Amino acid sequence: MADKVKMAQQFIQALPHARALGLQLTEIGDGRAVISMPYDAALIGDPKTGVIHGGAVSAMMDTCCGAAVMSHPEAPGATATIGLRIDYMRAATPGQTVTTTATCYHVTRNVAFVRAVTVDEDADRPVATATGSFTVEKS
Amino acid sequence: MARPRPEPVQVVKQRRDAALKALVEAVPYISFLGITFDRRGDELTAVLNYDERLIGNPLLPALHGGATAAFLEVTAIITLGWSQLWPQVESGSIALDDLTAGNLPRLPKTIDMSVDYLRSGLPRDAYARARISRSGRRYASVHVSAWQDQHDKLFAQATGHFLMPRPPQA
Repeated sequence: MADKVKMAQQFIQALPHARALGLQLTEIGDGRAVISMPYDAALIGDPKTGVIHGGAVSAMMDTCCGAAVMSHPEAPGATATIGLRIDYMRAATPGQTVTTTATCYHVTRNVAFVRAVTVDEDADRPVATATGSFTVEKS
Repeated sequence: MARPRPEPVQVVKQRRDAALKALVEAVPYISFLGITFDRRGDELTAVLNYDERLIGNPLLPALHGGATAAFLEVTAIITLGWSQLWPQVESGSIALDDLTAGNLPRLPKTIDMSVDYLRSGLPRDAYARARISRSGRRYASVHVSAWQDQHDKLFAQATGHFLMPRPPQA
């Protein structure tokens, strides 16, 4: 299991944009993935408050959803996003690491369906939620 | 009554470009992604200047879907902010010195975004324009189209809802 996490972490590190965002994959398996993104001043969207930009949260959630699909036993190959909808509940607290948990809850021959939630250090109040559909590639 | 003489073109351009530059450069994440804006009158085109750091799948290679989503969101927010700033810059009710000193109006906040990925993003520059479908006192609805080589072959599009900043109290 630890090997799988290590492999997945290496995989994430091989994605240039994931590396640029500082994404860290902490859990993966059976259609579920957890990715965190440490606070970074380069990601600020509102200079007055220091809140990170929604786009950075979107990019992290897209990555996490894709990782969840690839870890699903019925979706063996690579994947690409078909559609992703993100709802923003509140601003992430400046200075805090944000963490996304994505679950691939259904896979058909061609499409994988995923939902994800992002929190900061206050895990009881979501920062954002997302639902997405992803391609299923034949291995 | 004689019509006032129009301002010299370079004065007008300099003012508008300086206001846009102040709006865009205030947001660190926009330069993190390498996004710039082209202006024709009040119309904006966002440019996602290609960089290897925007790649998601290094084997294809293709732009990261998340970078694409972020590009569309930045385009929507700046276009909305610009639509509010433009009349203030033109009327002179907001001073350029204020803007360049960092006293910028608050930007809209994203409520939701729904992104369609139409084809994979190629490793080269991408362009986007936002159309404001409705902009009310509190909420705005925006559609964004993004393309690369051919304008009629979109590689992504999005619709989003945004919470508009409260106007400064009179």
